[in-house]
Amino acid sequence: MFHLALKMLVGDRAKFTMLLGGLFFAALLMTQQCAIFIGLLSWTTSHLSNIRAKVWVVEAKVEQVNELKPLRDTDVSRVRSIPGVAWAVPLYVGILQARLNDGNFKPILCVGLDSASLVGRPATILSGRLEDIRLPNSVIIDDLALQRLKIPGTPPLKVGDTFEINDREARIVAICKSDRAFYGYPYVFTTYDQALQFAPLQRKMLSAVLVEPSQGHTPQETADLINASLTGLHAWPEDKFLWDTIFWYFKNTGIPISFGTTILLGLIVGVAISGQTFYSFVLENLRNLGALKAMGASDLKLASMLLCQVMTVGFLGYGLGMGAAAAFGAVAAQRGNPPFLLPWQLVVGVLALILLICLASATLAIIKVRRIEPAIVFRG
Amino acid sequence: MNPAVALQVHQITKGFGKGTARTLALKGADLTGQLGELQLIVGPSGCGKTTLLSIIAGTLVPDSGSVTVLGHDLTQMRQGRITDFRRRHIGFIFQQFNLIPTLNLIENASVPLLLNGLSRAKAERAAQAMLDIVGLAQRGKSYPRELSGGQQQRVAIARAMVHNPSLIICDEPTSALDRDTGHQVMELLQAVARKPDRAVVVVTHDPRVYAFADRIAEMEDGRVLSNQPAVPGQLNLVNG
Ligand SMILES: Nc1ncnc2c1ncn2[C@@H]1O[C@H](COP(=O)(O)OP(=O)(O)OP(=O)(O)O)[C@@H](O)[C@H]1O
Ligand SMILES: [Mg+2]
Repeated sequence: MFHLALKMLVGDRAKFTMLLGGLFFAALLMTQQCAIFIGLLSWTTSHLSNIRAKVWVVEAKVEQVNELKPLRDTDVSRVRSIPGVAWAVPLYVGILQARLNDGNFKPILCVGLDSASLVGRPATILSGRLEDIRLPNSVIIDDLALQRLKIPGTPPLKVGDTFEINDREARIVAICKSDRAFYGYPYVFTTYDQALQFAPLQRKMLSAVLVEPSQGHTPQETADLINASLTGLHAWPEDKFLWDTIFWYFKNTGIPISFGTTILLGLIVGVAISGQTFYSFVLENLRNLGALKAMGASDLKLASMLLCQVMTVGFLGYGLGMGAAAAFGAVAAQRGNPPFLLPWQLVVGVLALILLICLASATLAIIKVRRIEPAIVFRG
Repeated sequence: MNPAVALQVHQITKGFGKGTARTLALKGADLTGQLGELQLIVGPSGCGKTTLLSIIAGTLVPDSGSVTVLGHDLTQMRQGRITDFRRRHIGFIFQQFNLIPTLNLIENASVPLLLNGLSRAKAERAAQAMLDIVGLAQRGKSYPRELSGGQQQRVAIARAMVHNPSLIICDEPTSALDRDTGHQVMELLQAVARKPDRAVVVVTHDPRVYAFADRIAEMEDGRVLSNQPAVPGQLNLVNG
């Protein structure tokens, strides 16, 4: 009977197209907007994913990783003195201006690493040697910097090329991969001491202290120990810092509202179009459904037929919508570095929402079908 | 019970609506019908023919009285059992044919078998065989809209009989058809539906149909006035 149910639905071209279109659109809209949303949020935590430390110690009032406030250099040794700390190294993070050889200025995210340990170093070196970062005036730039610091009309940047940071020469010794930052500035890695020379001189220059918990301590325990004994500083386990950063953007920017609205819109459009279309499909088929009832189709049978119809369109619409969203992501990725992340949770979540829309539509229809009197088929 | 008795309706009443708008469609109707017969229910418009037929078919529940169809007392059965009963034992033919427009003829005719749980292949084979019998052997893949009214009603006859039900219920099967087509449909119905172990009940307005009847029940104002074997060539109606 299910093959007939499907044929009945597909046979009604207009309604079928409408239903499929509505669900497709809802799936596309929700997936695409969520993917951009998640992509954007992932950008806000790029410092954490690029620098990778188990515990971050920062100024006490810092709420999220993109707003580091300066500390005293002596804070590194204060942190080192805490039990539960295996080692602690300084980190500099700051937005500086790179001056290209054509005289143009471009903002960069300068990261200064402890030169002995190179803790916080980029995970993937694409060309050049990581160790050369210790040479004077040396920097490692990321692949985004390749585009951003390139002078139009010249060959692409490569290892050995130079530019200036704050009137000091910066020589590229390696190129690395990095996760993109929220503000869109490229990462430029150097040693901590070198970074202090690149950066304009200030009373306090240290941005954070990166900490490794000693054996037998979890990051949380080590952070607790630091927070218990040091004032003016706050230690964050990496994952807590990550979620608090994301949450900070939730609370303090319009991003969730604007995306939430679009996502909700997708849901409403989906419910409205598919619910309404399916309901009118049932209304138009009252006579046929009544005839089926007269011929002995139980309510359960008819309900399962309706569910089969709507779920089939649901899966089709979902597949097309998800495919289109993924294609959008792929195309966008080719053209640059869009905020687009499609984690499996999103793939599953949108499926669940689409099926929920279908279920809601089917429920409306089933309520209507239950009320059909089989005797109506005898009425002219 | 006499095994030849197909249906026994006793003192049925049925009203519609509430309060002052309430109309009594049946006011104590009695009717019997025999297996092997084509029985007509006739009478003026609004006298309750369709209501009585719906009650016999089990698609409508009477307010009072008893209805025994093929040995089953419908008034003692739950709704779910009645639905099962209809699915197994009753074939329906409607005035407006009620074929599903998006299904081809084979699919339309196979519906009762599919509802009874037959496999698609078996159901379609039986449906095709039934279409052969009603003279639409070559049209199995056609759609209802490509057919004339008479042809559509043939498909409906095929659908009504495909699961070999013991009772076939028809409400005005010819009134949407022209004279000759109506005649052909009745001939077909008489030829294929009337069997020793089956009863056919036809509600009609159409006097030309009387010639096909084995028995004619005449109704007026919610009651059955007479229910007599038809005498060929003679219309022995109370209000003839
Ligand atoms: N569902 C209903 N709601 C309200 N009144 C109804 C309903 N069904 C039938 N009636 C009323 O019951 C009476 C009998 O109707 P019924 O359809 O059984 O007559 P009928 O003999 O079949 O008439 P016709 O020859 O015009 O088809 C009529 O007065 C009709 O208006
Ligand atoms: Mg009627």
